[in-house]
Amino acid sequence: MKIKAILLAALFSAPLFVSGLAAAAESGVALDRAPIDTHDVASLQRGARTFVNYCLNCHSANYMRYNRLQELGLTETQIRDNLIFDDRKVGDLMKVALDPKDAKQFFGGTPPDLTLIARSRASHAGTGSDWLYTYLRTFYRDPSRPTGWNNLVYPNVGMPHVLWELQGIQVLKDKKVQAAGYVKTEHELAVGQPGTMSQVEYDRMVADLVNYMTYMSEPVRNTRTSVGMIVLLVLSLLFVLVYLLKKEFWKDVH
Amino acid sequence: MAAKQKEPVTGAGPFNGVLTWVDARFPLMSLWREHLAEYYAPKNFNFWYFFGSLALVVLVIQILTGIFLVMHYKPSAADAFASVEYIMRDVPWGWFIRYMHSTGASAFFIVVYLHMLRGLMYGSYRAPRELIWIFGMVIYLMLMAEAFFGYLLPWGQMSFWGAQVIVNLFDALPVIGPDLSLWIRGDYVVSDATLNRFFAFHVIAIPLALVGLVAAHIMALHEVGSNNPDGVDIKKNLDANGHPVDGIPFHPYYTVKDMVGLVVFLAVFSLIVFFMPEFGGYFLEYNNFIPADPLKTPSHIAPVWYFTPYYSILRATTEQFMYVLALAVIAMGVLVWKTSTTARAKLAALVITAGLVGAFFVIDAKVWGVAFMGGAVIVFFFLPWLDRGAVRSIRYRGTLYKTALWTFVVNFLVLGYFGTQPVTNYGTAISQFCTLVYFAFFALMPWYTRMDKTKPEPARVTM
Amino acid sequence: MSEQRPDEAKRRFLVTATGVAGGVAAGAVAVPFVSSMLPSERAKAAGAPVEVDLSTLEPGQKITVEWRGKPVWVVRRTPEMLERVKAADDLVADPGSKRSLQPQYAQNEFRSAKPEYLVLVGICTHLGCSPVDRLAAQSESFAADWKGGFYCPCHGSLFDLAGRVYKNKPAPDNLVVPPYKFLSDTKLLIGDDSKGA
Repeated sequence: MKIKAILLAALFSAPLFVSGLAAAAESGVALDRAPIDTHDVASLQRGARTFVNYCLNCHSANYMRYNRLQELGLTETQIRDNLIFDDRKVGDLMKVALDPKDAKQFFGGTPPDLTLIARSRASHAGTGSDWLYTYLRTFYRDPSRPTGWNNLVYPNVGMPHVLWELQGIQVLKDKKVQAAGYVKTEHELAVGQPGTMSQVEYDRMVADLVNYMTYMSEPVRNTRTSVGMIVLLVLSLLFVLVYLLKKEFWKDVH
Repeated sequence: MAAKQKEPVTGAGPFNGVLTWVDARFPLMSLWREHLAEYYAPKNFNFWYFFGSLALVVLVIQILTGIFLVMHYKPSAADAFASVEYIMRDVPWGWFIRYMHSTGASAFFIVVYLHMLRGLMYGSYRAPRELIWIFGMVIYLMLMAEAFFGYLLPWGQMSFWGAQVIVNLFDALPVIGPDLSLWIRGDYVVSDATLNRFFAFHVIAIPLALVGLVAAHIMALHEVGSNNPDGVDIKKNLDANGHPVDGIPFHPYYTVKDMVGLVVFLAVFSLIVFFMPEFGGYFLEYNNFIPADPLKTPSHIAPVWYFTPYYSILRATTEQFMYVLALAVIAMGVLVWKTSTTARAKLAALVITAGLVGAFFVIDAKVWGVAFMGGAVIVFFFLPWLDRGAVRSIRYRGTLYKTALWTFVVNFLVLGYFGTQPVTNYGTAISQFCTLVYFAFFALMPWYTRMDKTKPEPARVTM
Repeated sequence: MSEQRPDEAKRRFLVTATGVAGGVAAGAVAVPFVSSMLPSERAKAAGAPVEVDLSTLEPGQKITVEWRGKPVWVVRRTPEMLERVKAADDLVADPGSKRSLQPQYAQNEFRSAKPEYLVLVGICTHLGCSPVDRLAAQSESFAADWKGGFYCPCHGSLFDLAGRVYKNKPAPDNLVVPPYKFLSDTKLLIGDDSKGA
């Protein structure tokens, strides 16, 4: 009996203990926790606005329909007037404006689709949202790169810092630190030139954007958990009934 | 059988008439009696005996959700990934059906592994139940194939590269390898052709085979009767009616008890489906949210968790490891030589040992990796003949066997863990050690089960 | 086995209670599966209302647009054509459109919200072929004194300039009028007749 218990315990704690190991992102940078709240509709609306204004020019969100944003409390008219900039219909998918041929010329390839990026970037180091939140805040000026920008979370990324005017320009200030038996290089970013937003404002904007992207990667998430509560409730009731039934019949068997 | 007058059906209330009509034309009542109302199962079934009926439930879940997924899924390289997102977003309740199917796949393996562990613990594979075990092992093989073919269908990065790696394994086979993998793929690389045929296997071919095999598995069980945690034969003690004294009719006692198991299972299943469908990236892998890109390999390809123990064995088989394996084979050869009684057996031991050791160094380690990975599954088939213990159930076995079994279980989990991790020297060394332990469990079994100091089995079952 | 008499009443109660609860739960689980077969968001988006620009439609002309995969005709009727509709009142099977499908604002003499514009789904109510135009009033092979309308080549059904089916023809009903509304004098929205923006 005890063995059963140990086995079950091991089985169910597996994801916990395995994800505890290896706590750093693949680049070695620790990820910040993204303040995600997919119930915060105002934040999601702000994030949607940032997304269509800054990201959809080069990236696509091929699996997201504009009219789904009605879930965020917007009407079809509001969506059409504020979030669609060409003649696509409100029931259309968020396809990219950029021509793939131009993309190849500007960036060396097509920027990846962003619909699922908050799910695909997850790892043992943190959730995909954490990755995005840290990524969008750790761009720094690097004249050696073709775009003039580099990134701590995604070294040598092909994407320029689209939000630089808002964040300002960060520069890299490497520090050599004495660690156990060897000299470690610690990456640190310092503000080179401030942008139109303060650091707090910029972090809040990025948080809203990442919140929206988290929502976009699985719009049904809030419904999923609510339905789940009801299902578990029903199953608890069924358990009581079925257990009493079993006990009653098994009285026959001493 | 001669058509004799059957008794009319009673006890079904308003349905008596219809059922009598059917029963006159179809063995309805005899099937009901033989397999449910008068199938006498041991009364001491415990927790470990839930997993057979749960496996059947998961099969039904997978088939049902599978049918509804196929209504919307598009099996072409151009459309597959998008069609899965279409199901998740645009199809009403599509997300629910998809998550049930992905969770069900992993649940199937958890249930089946626990079901097999029950078999190992209580000697359910011992005579006269060898055929049940063999059908079960074929089901296990079919299940692995079904999961493998199914995993390509979402056409994500993991889908594509996992399939690419595994099909390339067939490439390694001598002489026939390259042609074989070309035939499997239908192309020079995993492509649309591969996807379409894997779809055919996953949706029709294997499910049909599985249903047939499950029926055979249950029929073989009912022919002989169920084993029990004490491993004793309940048919040895019959009452005045000819029923086992320690037996109870499956219906209503186990139908009612299995309902409890079902509800608990559904609660755990729902917990995962509704609150953590990705399960830390083990049930839905993160990389699979990126569409397949034949030009870009992900930095870390691992098979889905239920294949990882065998994947570990594959990766552990390096050039250097062949020397260790050769030594192990020689040691086995010596053991067989020393303990065999006939000259023919001694000669066989010598020839096989020499042949294997020679082959280890003539054929590439890469090929042996595939052979050992496959062998690790095939070796299970021989269990009924490897186990020479005096008793069936672990309850009456000695320290030797108990240590062997629990070592095997822990070893299997360790192999599984390292299969999920990238290759490191440390990991490879551990996997190699664990590979030896894995095969030793089977190879040495005829000896340690005989040496094992068992306790006397009881005459009647213990609750 | 225990020697006590089993409590049959309690067992019956528990079996019934569990049966009912289980049945309800099973029914609830069936709902998502059945719902998944309803039109998806993609189907609904593709079936979204279609805007038609009427500014280039001359009197007496007809244009065809696609809505939900079906051909929808818009005919700009002249006063003379409207007279021919009246003249066909005795020749059609259901002059008052009592049997056929149309929104309430099209259940009138001319089967339209505005007499000038006729909007019809161009699919014969017999077996689904698309009738061809015979808008002019002239002698035809299928009717010596043809008043203008539509002729279905598959099985010979005839419809007048309000889409009403002639008597004794295979088609049972008048041509369907889809929901529509005017966004302005020159813009028609087919597939949506809700009030407000």
